[in-house]
Amino acid sequence: MTLRPARILLYALLALFCVYYLLPLYVMLVNSVKPLSEITSGGMMNLPQAWTLAPWKNAWSEAQVGVAATGLKPYFLNSFAMVIPAVTIATVLGALNGYVLTKWRFRGDTILFGLMLFGCFIPFQIVLIPMARSLGFLNLSGTVGGLVFVHVVYGISFSTLYFRNYYAAFPTELVRAAEIDGAGFFTIFWRILLPNSGPIAVVCVIWLFTNIWNDFLFGASFSDFSSQPMTVALNNLVQSSTGEKEYNVHFAGAIMAALPTLFVYIVAGRFFVRGLMSGSVKG
Amino acid sequence: MTNTFLNIDKVTKSYGAVRVLNETDIAVQQGEFLVLVGPSGCGKSTLLNMIAGLEAITSGEVSINGRVVNGVPPADRNIAMVFQSYALYPNMTVRGNISFSMEMHKVPKPEREAKIAQVAELLQITHLLDRKPGQLSGGQRQRVAMGRALTRDPDVFLFDEPLSNLDAKLRVDMRTEIKKLHQKLGTTIVYVTHDQVEALTLSTRIAVMYGGDVQQLGTPDEVYHNPANMFVAGFMGSPAMNLFPAEIVSLNGGIGVKVTTAGGYITLPFPHGAAMESDIGREIVLGVRPESMTDPESADHDSPCLEHVDLPVELVETTGADSFVTILLGGKECIGRFRAKSAATEGQLTHVTFDMSRAVAFDPKTELRLA
Repeated sequence: MTLRPARILLYALLALFCVYYLLPLYVMLVNSVKPLSEITSGGMMNLPQAWTLAPWKNAWSEAQVGVAATGLKPYFLNSFAMVIPAVTIATVLGALNGYVLTKWRFRGDTILFGLMLFGCFIPFQIVLIPMARSLGFLNLSGTVGGLVFVHVVYGISFSTLYFRNYYAAFPTELVRAAEIDGAGFFTIFWRILLPNSGPIAVVCVIWLFTNIWNDFLFGASFSDFSSQPMTVALNNLVQSSTGEKEYNVHFAGAIMAALPTLFVYIVAGRFFVRGLMSGSVKG
Repeated sequence: MTNTFLNIDKVTKSYGAVRVLNETDIAVQQGEFLVLVGPSGCGKSTLLNMIAGLEAITSGEVSINGRVVNGVPPADRNIAMVFQSYALYPNMTVRGNISFSMEMHKVPKPEREAKIAQVAELLQITHLLDRKPGQLSGGQRQRVAMGRALTRDPDVFLFDEPLSNLDAKLRVDMRTEIKKLHQKLGTTIVYVTHDQVEALTLSTRIAVMYGGDVQQLGTPDEVYHNPANMFVAGFMGSPAMNLFPAEIVSLNGGIGVKVTTAGGYITLPFPHGAAMESDIGREIVLGVRPESMTDPESADHDSPCLEHVDLPVELVETTGADSFVTILLGGKECIGRFRAKSAATEGQLTHVTFDMSRAVAFDPKTELRLA
């Protein structure tokens, strides 16, 4: 292939944008592996002169977060304890809703679906106070369980939307055939519908995982010290007003907080576009 | 009723105020091959789904093997169904598809394996058992769908347009296979199609449906040669029966029909109308099958009433085995089935032989059969 000037210009421009786009990540990475003195003496863009993993270790298990010097580790685990059940429950319930709304139609099902969609458009801030009351009533205030509950309630709207549209294009004859074969309501769901829902499940999991993992507002509002998620802890780490600002530790902590979502995108990303298309073309 | 295996008794179906199936009675004997045929929207699939239990029955009763099955779930009716799209479970192998129903009915594994092997042998799909449906061709999928139905040893087999997704050649092959399968197993079959050729070749009896009513229920021969009304006459057969206006006249002491042609009129004897003496002068619609309107050599010489007429030819279409010759009768374009090498040429007179013993008459207003 010959490289004509226009094409060279194009690639140069793309490379430039690429560098521009990756610059923050570069800054975070290099500064998380150099001693604090190198940062405070200027030269944020330079590669470290003395490589060190101490900031990472510090951020993970030693840094002062809130009142205790525990590092981010317990909060990281809190986040997983919140995000895994929340994503699983919201996805399965959404799939079940989609199944009922498309294959077991009943009077008023479209109205019900419309009302469920409403949940996608309610801003988080509006529900803070009623949700706090509800969690108190359910004895879930300040627990990881309470956060799971909040995120499931919000997540169901989206997962139902995804699965309903996906199942609307799913051949009803398969459900009929399974009925004649003697499969019941849940058997059809587990054995026929779910195994054929791969692409849309991936979309749903990526969407929910990213949103729930990155959520700060609910985490800050409905958790206490024992149940704070990663996002809140990171904020507490960075915003602490005493002592020196340990930028290298902050950078390391911020990368840690972003790693799980990055991981989900890399592993499931190639299904993401495919799933988005397959869910949206029909339905 | 005696001996009735599948009985459809005054069954109707309405969606809200819209009635899609009017009161229908069909009694099917054990081992019969009943075909429900009709254009889209005639209610044939609805009726099949009600037999299967996939749609609720608005009123009336369906009974299978002496048991009323209204309200019985599909799985407990001891039926099996083959769907138009085959409805194979894409996530399971062929083996999984075939055994799913037995698994649901808690058949022990060794029995399942034996049955799968037997069915696969019967349908020659043994080599496909470990493939997924996505890796099969249309005809193979069709076989697997039938295999899935066969494992149940059902009282009644239901087929919902099973061949309409296949290409023309494969359709003919699979048609033959279904017929063979019926002969081998002798199971009662209800088969829905919109293809009248399938209906005529497969069935032991046909129910021709239109507008939510059974227009005629009879053997393929009855439906073909003695259609109950103009709809059945026009629907069954390819090309369809020629229907054109004529007048009942007196002819040589018997009854005849007078038909206008491109150049004037012809008068033909009408043996079926022997009892229509009081109807002389009446306008009717005459029905003549294309094969009863042919060249003198191709005519059925055993027929008791052959009439030879010279008529001008409008158009000749050759199909290989036959030529379809268009002739104007009563102002309508009518098609005669001629030999491929007949002398008929466009724009010229040709000898046409009418087999009037096969001609039938309809009332132009009610469209019902008169004679």
